[in-house]
Amino acid sequence: MSEQTLLQMEGIRKSFVGVEVLHGVDLDLRAGEIHAIVGENGAGKSTLMKTLAGVHAPDEGTIRIDGQEVSFHHPAAAQAAGVGIVYQEFNLLPDRNVAENIFIGREPVRAGIVDRRKMERETAALLEEVGEASFGPRTPVRWLSVAQQQVVEIVKARSLNARILVLDEPTAALAEGEVELLFTLVRRLQELGVGVLYISHRLREVFALSDRITVIKDGGVVKTLNTAETNQRELVNLMVGRELDGYFPERGAKDDLGDVRLKVSGLSTALLRDVSFEVRAGEIVGLAGLQGSGRTEIARAVFGADPIADGTVEIDGKAKRFKHPRQAVKAGLGFITEDRKAEGLALAQSISDNMLLAVRTVMPSRKRRSTPGLMTVKELAEVTELRARGPEQEVRFLSGGNQQKVVLSKWLETQPGILIFDEPTRGIDVGAKAGIHDLIRKLAKDGVAVLMISSELPELIGMSDRILVMHEGVLAGELPGGASEPQIMELATGSAEVAA
Amino acid sequence: MTVVDPSESSPGTRAAARKERVAGWRVGVLASPAAPVYGALIGIIVLAWIVVTIDGGEFLTTGNIVNMLQRSVALGIVSLGQTVVILLGSLDLSVAALISLSSLVTAQQMDGQPGNVIPAILIVLAMGAGVGLANGLIITKLRVNAFIATLGMALILGGIIENGWSGPQGGVTDAFSQDLGYTRFGVIPMSFILFAVVAVVIWFILRSTRFGYRVYAVGGSEDVSKLSGLRTHRTIIGAHIVCSLTAVITGIFLASRLKAGTPTVGLDGGYDLESIAAVVLGGTALTGGRGGVIGTIGGVFILAVLDNVFNQLEFNSFVRDVVRGIVIIAAVAIYARRQEKKA
Ligand SMILES: Nc1ncnc2c1ncn2[C@@H]1O[C@H](COP(=O)(O)OP(=O)(O)OP(=O)(O)O)[C@@H](O)[C@H]1O
Ligand SMILES: [Mg+2]
Repeated sequence: MSEQTLLQMEGIRKSFVGVEVLHGVDLDLRAGEIHAIVGENGAGKSTLMKTLAGVHAPDEGTIRIDGQEVSFHHPAAAQAAGVGIVYQEFNLLPDRNVAENIFIGREPVRAGIVDRRKMERETAALLEEVGEASFGPRTPVRWLSVAQQQVVEIVKARSLNARILVLDEPTAALAEGEVELLFTLVRRLQELGVGVLYISHRLREVFALSDRITVIKDGGVVKTLNTAETNQRELVNLMVGRELDGYFPERGAKDDLGDVRLKVSGLSTALLRDVSFEVRAGEIVGLAGLQGSGRTEIARAVFGADPIADGTVEIDGKAKRFKHPRQAVKAGLGFITEDRKAEGLALAQSISDNMLLAVRTVMPSRKRRSTPGLMTVKELAEVTELRARGPEQEVRFLSGGNQQKVVLSKWLETQPGILIFDEPTRGIDVGAKAGIHDLIRKLAKDGVAVLMISSELPELIGMSDRILVMHEGVLAGELPGGASEPQIMELATGSAEVAA
Repeated sequence: MTVVDPSESSPGTRAAARKERVAGWRVGVLASPAAPVYGALIGIIVLAWIVVTIDGGEFLTTGNIVNMLQRSVALGIVSLGQTVVILLGSLDLSVAALISLSSLVTAQQMDGQPGNVIPAILIVLAMGAGVGLANGLIITKLRVNAFIATLGMALILGGIIENGWSGPQGGVTDAFSQDLGYTRFGVIPMSFILFAVVAVVIWFILRSTRFGYRVYAVGGSEDVSKLSGLRTHRTIIGAHIVCSLTAVITGIFLASRLKAGTPTVGLDGGYDLESIAAVVLGGTALTGGRGGVIGTIGGVFILAVLDNVFNQLEFNSFVRDVVRGIVIIAAVAIYARRQEKKA
């Protein structure tokens, strides 16, 4: 690691409509260093990065690159100075193809005409560099999965030849294998002398990758540590200000299990073949598999969001075939989607409107008033440890993790009998993650049947009573709760001959 | 940047690239929003031909074709510009007033002198660029919504016209009027060639220049474009300049046709809403980012054919407007369905 300071941020302050969210943050980055930034949801990590990227001008403080003071009034200026950033939110144009997205704003031209071939050639080379062969330069971004889109974003930032690369939760949407690819790429850039600022809630990654770690809490730096001289416990302590045991809530006992609430038999769709399973009241069933193995497709088909070609879905013993998610919601299903921005939230609406959106559509207000156990917006916010200014704040101004909590609240409020979680803790900080785990288990104890999709194996293993593993649209096998990671990966990658 | 020699690429990637090319083709041709527009156009022409013939009229005669081409020119040119701003996610309601004003200024500046023709055209073009620049600056720097900004501009231009002219303005030279307004080569009017040239230029700009790429990008999402380092304001201003230029070219053409400028030619022609209708009919999304001029040209022809039929059958204006309204709504409904299927 070289000792040369590449970037120095000093005393950065930033307010939004009179509320200060960064209170004088200091941060420095060396050439060839991977510097992790960790902190709770809403701590100000993304906002700090946006002041560096020219999205928000800091109210106070200085930014120096190579000792030279800089001030960026437009993201283009930051790019020109060698700052590349992969934002936490998706930042691609669905109607344009991969090459057009990567070269947006800096299309190569020859004699005034965009050199499409060059653009596509370079895109192909960049994709090859990261080992991505499942799509090419001309694929419209609309056709890509969330994980593939993330690869495009990383390639896009990489193509800037940035000397300072900011990755704001880049792995939130990636599966294990893809995470490895990203790490390889990041390390290669590190060797080339690029300084990387790496934001993540996955401490395992932070320890695997970083040289130093800066902990941010409530808009200020708590401490900057050398990764080699600290451990997870200390880090969590600094982040949340209390000890977390790191254990998952206790599993339900066998005889706590109730009736079968969700029974899927011979389900086939465009992407699934003959999938059968059941989930009982009080049970948490984990759904494992690689990206694209059909996990989300199962959820969508059951929920009525995608057409079913063959097979039956039974809810509480009655065969159902939902034509529209609304019918599923009425029948007591809840589905917390993985793409919360596109599918889960009305961004320009307030927190309380979003939280009440689903319950309002399925329950008339008369019935709501007389239904016991409905939580108030305030209670929902407490249960999920939501960090917000108040119930009237627009959801789009919340930090990424807090948006996720609003989606969760929205479904909790409908009091569903069956809940499907697709990556329930993606982008959620360690403290709140434990809270959400407790909450999911509590829901199960109260008789909810839970189907949980997760790419984070420790979470899946720790939470599930049973684990179903998908491989290329087929149910590859079932494992008991507490199964080991290699057992799951073997089934998920199809490297074991197991009778399903 | 490490550029890998394509010849080294593995067979796997080459197969992927092949799949890719096929996919690219599908996106380009079949899924092109313009395809159904021309299907509809052919359908409407056939229908018109049948209806007019039954009615005892003649549809596909030289005179009538010339007539329809001639009529599509004015709406066509301004709709091309409107396409650019709508692709960008904006729109321009000031084109009708600008068309009137430019017809008046054209006549005034020519003042009957053949030597003034070129300077007059340049002055009017500069005026168009100025109005477009103003629209763009109001939208970007003052952050006024495009709808309001260009509506305000329409009112301002209307005020200028009101103040300066109470009736038609003479001064368009005979030769200019004859050349642009009435010359034709076979069935092709001179003015139609002007339309074709403007269309090719704008098609090329959108398809192949950086500016064109950026129009689509900003129309797709201004936020994403900005965060990706694109100078969105420049693109927005540029698009509005292009749009206003097409409006003044339309004004110049109408001045040659009428051999005078008139204060009402723009609004009477309904070029503001009509041009938006043509763009939408052509499959360009009002939200921006999707579509193009080829569709718009189809949309313009559809409106021209409908107009022609209405005239021949002597429909009253109530029936005309109802039919046109239904056609536009049906078109947008069909596009919405197609879009849903694709997503
Ligand atoms: N444009 C904005 N307007 C108003 N408030 C904002 C805006 N952007 C961010 N905030 C507020 O600033 C605070 C910090 O948000 P930020 O997105 O930086 O958090 P974060 O540390 O990245 O959290 P997460 O881990 O959830 O991504 C939050 O309270 C958020 O509501
Ligand atoms: Mg963030």
